[in-house]
Amino acid sequence: MIDVRLTAVSKRFAKSSDSAAVDDVTVTIGAGEFFTLLGPSGCGKTTTLRMVAGFYFPTSGHIHFGDDDVTHWTPNKRDTGMVFQNYALFPHMTVAQNVAYGLKVRRVSRADQARRVTEALEQVHLAGYGDRRIDALSGGQQQRVALARALVIRPRTMLLDEPLSNLDAKLREETRAEIRRIQRESGTTSIYVTHDQAEAMAMSDRIAVMESGRVQQVGTPHEIYYKPANAFVARFIGRSNVLSLPVTGATDDSVAVRLPGGATIDVGAPAGHGLGAGDTALVSARPEHIALGGDDDTAAMRGRISHVEFTGMATNISVDVDGNEVMAALIDAPAGLQLGDVVGLRLVPERLWVVKP
Amino acid sequence: MTAATRTAPAWAAALGRRLSGGANSRWFPYLLVLPLVLVLWGFVVQPMFATFRESVSANGSDNYLQFLSSSGVARESLFTSLFISAASVLLCGIVGVAMAFLLKRFHFRGRRLIEAFILVPAALPPLIGAVSFQLLYSNIGIVPRGLQALLGTEKPVLAFDGIAGVLVVHTFTMYPFFFLAASAALAGMDPSVEEAAYNLGAGRFRVWRTVLLPMLTPALISASLLVFMTSLASYTAPLLFNVSQTMTMQIYINRTNGDLPMASAYASVLGIVSIIFLLAMRWYEGRRNYQSQSKGISAVRREITNPIGRWLAPLASVLATLVLLAPVAAIALVAFSEDRSWTTEVLPPTYTFENFVTIFTDPKAFEPILNSVQMSLIAVVGCVVIGVLIAYAVRRLKFVGRGLLDVAVMIAWALPGTVVAINLISAFSTGNAFSFGQVLVGTFWILPLAYFVRFLPIVFRSSSATLALIDPSLEDAARNLGASWLRAFYTITVRLMLPGVLAGALLAFVHGVGEFVASVLIYTSSTVPISVAINNRMYSFELGTAAAYGMLQVLLIFVVMWFSGRLESSRTATRRAEQWTN
Repeated sequence: MIDVRLTAVSKRFAKSSDSAAVDDVTVTIGAGEFFTLLGPSGCGKTTTLRMVAGFYFPTSGHIHFGDDDVTHWTPNKRDTGMVFQNYALFPHMTVAQNVAYGLKVRRVSRADQARRVTEALEQVHLAGYGDRRIDALSGGQQQRVALARALVIRPRTMLLDEPLSNLDAKLREETRAEIRRIQRESGTTSIYVTHDQAEAMAMSDRIAVMESGRVQQVGTPHEIYYKPANAFVARFIGRSNVLSLPVTGATDDSVAVRLPGGATIDVGAPAGHGLGAGDTALVSARPEHIALGGDDDTAAMRGRISHVEFTGMATNISVDVDGNEVMAALIDAPAGLQLGDVVGLRLVPERLWVVKP
Repeated sequence: MTAATRTAPAWAAALGRRLSGGANSRWFPYLLVLPLVLVLWGFVVQPMFATFRESVSANGSDNYLQFLSSSGVARESLFTSLFISAASVLLCGIVGVAMAFLLKRFHFRGRRLIEAFILVPAALPPLIGAVSFQLLYSNIGIVPRGLQALLGTEKPVLAFDGIAGVLVVHTFTMYPFFFLAASAALAGMDPSVEEAAYNLGAGRFRVWRTVLLPMLTPALISASLLVFMTSLASYTAPLLFNVSQTMTMQIYINRTNGDLPMASAYASVLGIVSIIFLLAMRWYEGRRNYQSQSKGISAVRREITNPIGRWLAPLASVLATLVLLAPVAAIALVAFSEDRSWTTEVLPPTYTFENFVTIFTDPKAFEPILNSVQMSLIAVVGCVVIGVLIAYAVRRLKFVGRGLLDVAVMIAWALPGTVVAINLISAFSTGNAFSFGQVLVGTFWILPLAYFVRFLPIVFRSSSATLALIDPSLEDAARNLGASWLRAFYTITVRLMLPGVLAGALLAFVHGVGEFVASVLIYTSSTVPISVAINNRMYSFELGTAAAYGMLQVLLIFVVMWFSGRLESSRTATRRAEQWTN
């Protein structure tokens, strides 16, 4: 097992020289870690992955696999196993021939080839499918062949480029658990690219959230959800209200802010937040950390309901607070909430977090 | 030692290194493209300049001034060529569009019969096509003589000669350009647009004029340009119907009279006109917009309800089918006739297997077949290697000048065969860097080279079309699994391109075996190709043997067409697989 390090990696494409596709990315992916690059389309996550695979070379910066500086190695020398978004299975070969391709290139003996192909197909639950034609498989089966083909070469790193995006919702959930199981068994350092935050949260050891070519935050799913680094991350991961609140005081790891209702509360803040009394803090509050309650004096804020939607698990409401819309997800909301009702809202202070703009 | 020879091994080593690994370095494309550029420059572009130099070598611009003088053969020939081309466009347009409407819009008995044979006249090799029409419709032809015998007139009835004969050949062999373009446009047209016009009260003629024709315009303009270019390049029809004042004929006449500078002037003018048409076509197809907005209902064929039409339709279908098959039938009939026995009769009087027996038993008679096959095979190998690589470079690599590479191949396609021949004569009648200092004219190699230049675009086009259907990430996947660029290229990309490449190679081979236009200008007596042998036999009035050679060419074409049809179905299978993986 090896770690993968990206040091100040940037990529500019010839034609769009004004903005970088990937801008000064530095991350270290630990040995055996399942690491996800998450971001909206066009954020540079796939370009980053393709640089790790060797299909693009960085304009500047370095990529290390363990002790090897692989920045300018060609793809075929890197020993990575990549699963492509559209699987990229060779249509003129059978399932077994597809899986054996990398072994053949590596001059693995015929007997070993056969054994390892069989093992890999068993691992992805496709034992006995070796002689099938690729076009005789369903989308989910093709996806697993692609996985087996990447796994069978026992790569130093697995690279997965949105491998689930072509599957239907149910299959997607089954397969993501399957991929994670296989990754744990093999212990291969893996880099996973997706735009689906639920997928990223469910699978990853750590996530790098990317936007406009830059890494916005690197952290565990828990950190990213509860302690988003900035307003973009807060809004991109799940849903979040980002409230602008006046600061009345601050310590190293917390900021005191005044709520619209008049009360002052302490909110957790990242070290080096640089806020002081008189500034305005951006506070991320997840809808599920906002509840109904309080009258004029005790409520964090009050407003008129502008939208109600019952989803079964929760009742989502939007409340108009002095012209700003605040979303709340209410568990066990009282029946009969009406548009136009004036309600008070309570916050869970320990779940709030100060974010950068 | 010069700098060039010292760095050559270094270049080769670098190329080897790059091929085995670094296909994604910025300068890898240039290493791959450089040899391709040299080939295209050396054998397509540079010979054009050589021709131009040749044309002004003897007496400066005098040769070109002849095109301006009002009483010259040059000006007359240019105008005749342009007139024939314009008339061909008109005639082919009328026949092609009418056939497309009839077959795509109406349902009548015998429709399928016509559809099955509609492309047969166009599939004939140029010389055989022209010969068959001469045998059928000229004043020595079967039809005029038949009518003469039937009506008891003194002269053959409805005999086509001169420019009229040329136009008949052009119409029969080139109307498919219009037919195919108009059929595709009609198939893609939303019938409700037409229905809307009827609904608003327009009559049939008005709908035609105001709705259908304007919607067909893009397809018709493309087809017009194509027919114009092909007519301009046409050489066998003027040759057989004795129209000596066309550009192509003047090239041939001046060349055989030894006035190479004048032939070169004609070739330069014809080459430039052809390239202008090529560029016009590319420009037009680039800006053309497809206007089918709605999907779902496709055009419904109308039943012919008129009772006279109902009776007439099958009759006309049978007649049309006979006309379509007549050229092949005429060649087949004459192939079994005895040489020199057919003089003034309607049909050849005596029949024999002797012609075929001679071809296959007399080594001298068999030699042209051997020559053609051998030279075409050599050319096809070159076309495949270079054509596939150019297709790959144009479709998959990013480099400065990609568009120019594409245009250079298409220039080879646009240049008339006569011009290609003159270009090669001008460039390779002395030692040339691209022939390693060897004189090629008068040797075995000049014809394979001409075939290579003429048919490279065929292989390029079909390779390129197949490559467009192959997902580029397949090659990435192979590279990721550890394959070198070269290995990924031949185990994945080339393997998947194979059906298209093979189809293109077969077509190029057939064209090579049937090639006449360039061959007749540059063949050597030791490497006479089939078509030149046919032409020589025709001159010595050995019609039977000539037709027998032609029949063999036609048989080869039918076999290849059948085989390509099978390839086509396996190609659609690949395409289906492709859709699955996407």
